[in-house]
Amino acid sequence: MTARLPLTLVVGLALTAVFVAAALLSLVWTPHAVESLNIAARLQPASAEHLLGTDHFGRDMLSMLMVGARTSIAVAIVAVGIGMALGVPLGLLAAANHGGVIDDLVMRGNDLVFAFPALVIAILITAVFGPSAFNAILAIGIFNTPVFARVTRGGALAVWTQEFILAARVSGKGVVRISLEHILPNIASLLIVQGTIQFSLGILAEAGLSYVGLGAQPPLPSWGRMLADSQTMISFAPHLAVLPGLAIIATVLGLNLTGDGLRDHLDPRLRRRR
Amino acid sequence: MKQLFSGPALATFAAAAVMNVSAVLAAQTSITVGMQLEPPNLDPTGGAAAAIDEVVYANVFEGLTRYQADGSVAPALAKSWTISDDGLVYTFSLHSGVKFHDGSAMDAEDVKFSLDRARAEDSTNAQKRLFTGIASVDAVDALTVKITLSNPDGGFITNLAWGDAVIVAPESIENAKTAPVGTGPFTFSRWVQGDRVELARNPDYWGDAVALEKATFKFISDPTAAFAAMMAGDIDAFPGYPAPETLPQFEADPRFRVIVGSTEGETILSTNNKAENLSDVRVRQAIAHAIDRQAIIDGAMFGYGTPIGTHFAPHHPDYVDLTGGSAHDPAKARALLKEAGAENLTLSLKLPPPSYARRGGEIIAAQLREVGIGTEIENLEWAQWLEQVFRGKDFDLTIVSHTEPMDIGIYANPDYYFQYDSAAFQGLIEDLKLATAPADRTRILQAAQKQIAGDYVNGYLFQLARTGVANARINGLWENAPTQANDLTGVSWSD
Repeated sequence: MTARLPLTLVVGLALTAVFVAAALLSLVWTPHAVESLNIAARLQPASAEHLLGTDHFGRDMLSMLMVGARTSIAVAIVAVGIGMALGVPLGLLAAANHGGVIDDLVMRGNDLVFAFPALVIAILITAVFGPSAFNAILAIGIFNTPVFARVTRGGALAVWTQEFILAARVSGKGVVRISLEHILPNIASLLIVQGTIQFSLGILAEAGLSYVGLGAQPPLPSWGRMLADSQTMISFAPHLAVLPGLAIIATVLGLNLTGDGLRDHLDPRLRRRR
Repeated sequence: MKQLFSGPALATFAAAAVMNVSAVLAAQTSITVGMQLEPPNLDPTGGAAAAIDEVVYANVFEGLTRYQADGSVAPALAKSWTISDDGLVYTFSLHSGVKFHDGSAMDAEDVKFSLDRARAEDSTNAQKRLFTGIASVDAVDALTVKITLSNPDGGFITNLAWGDAVIVAPESIENAKTAPVGTGPFTFSRWVQGDRVELARNPDYWGDAVALEKATFKFISDPTAAFAAMMAGDIDAFPGYPAPETLPQFEADPRFRVIVGSTEGETILSTNNKAENLSDVRVRQAIAHAIDRQAIIDGAMFGYGTPIGTHFAPHHPDYVDLTGGSAHDPAKARALLKEAGAENLTLSLKLPPPSYARRGGEIIAAQLREVGIGTEIENLEWAQWLEQVFRGKDFDLTIVSHTEPMDIGIYANPDYYFQYDSAAFQGLIEDLKLATAPADRTRILQAAQKQIAGDYVNGYLFQLARTGVANARINGLWENAPTQANDLTGVSWSD
């Protein structure tokens, strides 16, 4: 196979890799400790000591961004995981029971969750259970579920009409085995693409929740809260707001490009042509 | 025709426009004052929130006496008074011709009603202690009130100047929470909840007429929005401006004047004295030594604030500087924690919205971490804070500014939210009530300051500075905040 990777995929993966690497690196090393404040050295511009300057508490911006990447990525990954873990089985079930009662129940349940504005429910959850990164994950995860259920069902329905499924049925395989052994592998690419896009939306949602104070709580750095904290200082210390803003944009862009690129790359019709 | 206006016509037009502008400027008699918090109601005799007084004190409601801008107490509805030789009987003579906004006359019966209502068993007054010394209130005639105390009280005239002691009318008190009726120079016109309260000049005011015809208090909780509203000119003055970090920009802008004064706000790391671990004075002392006040003032308030070592305003003549007793000393803090056997402590730190609390909380969390105390920060809205912390006492630590004047007496109440219960301190406050000689009061007040500092009741951080921004053409705003008030009676615009 000599097919070249699509350019969008390369750029997307590169951007994503930078932030994932930063997040992983922050687990073992950051240029400065993000817990220690140094008020005397606050609001410094970029220097050799602090490559991206310091914030209003004198914390190193680069370190903050690295740990912030970890927060964002962790929240988004777990939230997407919850969405997949719940949504995919529901979607498979609905597709297997196409036109039946379970299908109806799952799909109408989906519509119900879709009918609520996601961020409002997220705010409700954090208001009731208290703001924390965990509750943010829960809120985002719940809203990922119907997305995955729908994508899974749509993809699965198409696969169910294929001849090899008929063959599998004739050979006596049950619905569960067919779903797991034949349907799931055939819609995996769909799920990966959707997962990437949900991942980027999860990062945005985490930033949004943290921005309004309902996500990660201090002292855990979070891009959204860095933005919120620096709002009033934007006129004299713009790097405080611009840097986390750019980080959010770059990560979301990277993930979206990756998603698009993966779709192009993994599309079965393109693959068949090769 | 290429030219829309011929030369002379254009000149006339321009002149007219200029005249128009100056006419508007000269006629400016309305003001929009920004406030960070919206009052929960508008009855200063029925709520503890500072925001109530910040709208209605001296503007809508008046008491027998009142605070002035410099912190001194002056006669208000009471023209004058005499004090009996034993210090027990105060006879006030009232101004004549004073009317409530609903047209009814203010007389001695209203004074009796107001004070009896405030000190009643079932009173919801937030500062009942102001009135506990009153034995009886008698209306001698329409304009004379006799107040008898059970013990001499040197601070009684000052007590009557509080917003909680304003004179209300029995006819209108029922609806005072949403439609306050007082005797002040402004009448209440409208409250758009969540947005603003509007006041209008009282044409029948008994005292000197005010310059402003209309005053609007606009509530903007978000510091960024406050900055934008101020810059855009939507707000004329923001006396409790919530974003000190942007003050240098206003200072550099000739359109604005930055007003930095002092407040009665002792900003403290309030400590639940009944909480597990925190009931041990060594742990509280360790927390006190872990705190670096200057770092908090610089980091949270951008340098605006004065360090305090006890619950007392530094600009008060009886203040004792006790900051040395709780100086920043992490090694000592660690030793004390070890001694108390509380080395792996994790405490909840519940923070209300103001930036002194939110930013200060992050700094304190970092400072506590240095001595080995972990914190769980929880950011709360004011309603949640009042519910959980102030009423529910469900907290270990919180940061709040106590903005009432001379409020060291709150430490004598064992049910107050930080639950400090000391017989010695309660005795001091009892003595204070009886003391009338200035020297005695000074001695007791200083002993009281030392008592709470020595018991490390709370972490004493700094005296909140009053950082305000106003349009440069506004005169007469209070520089300091001797009480919670935005007194607009002396405010006017210059051309």
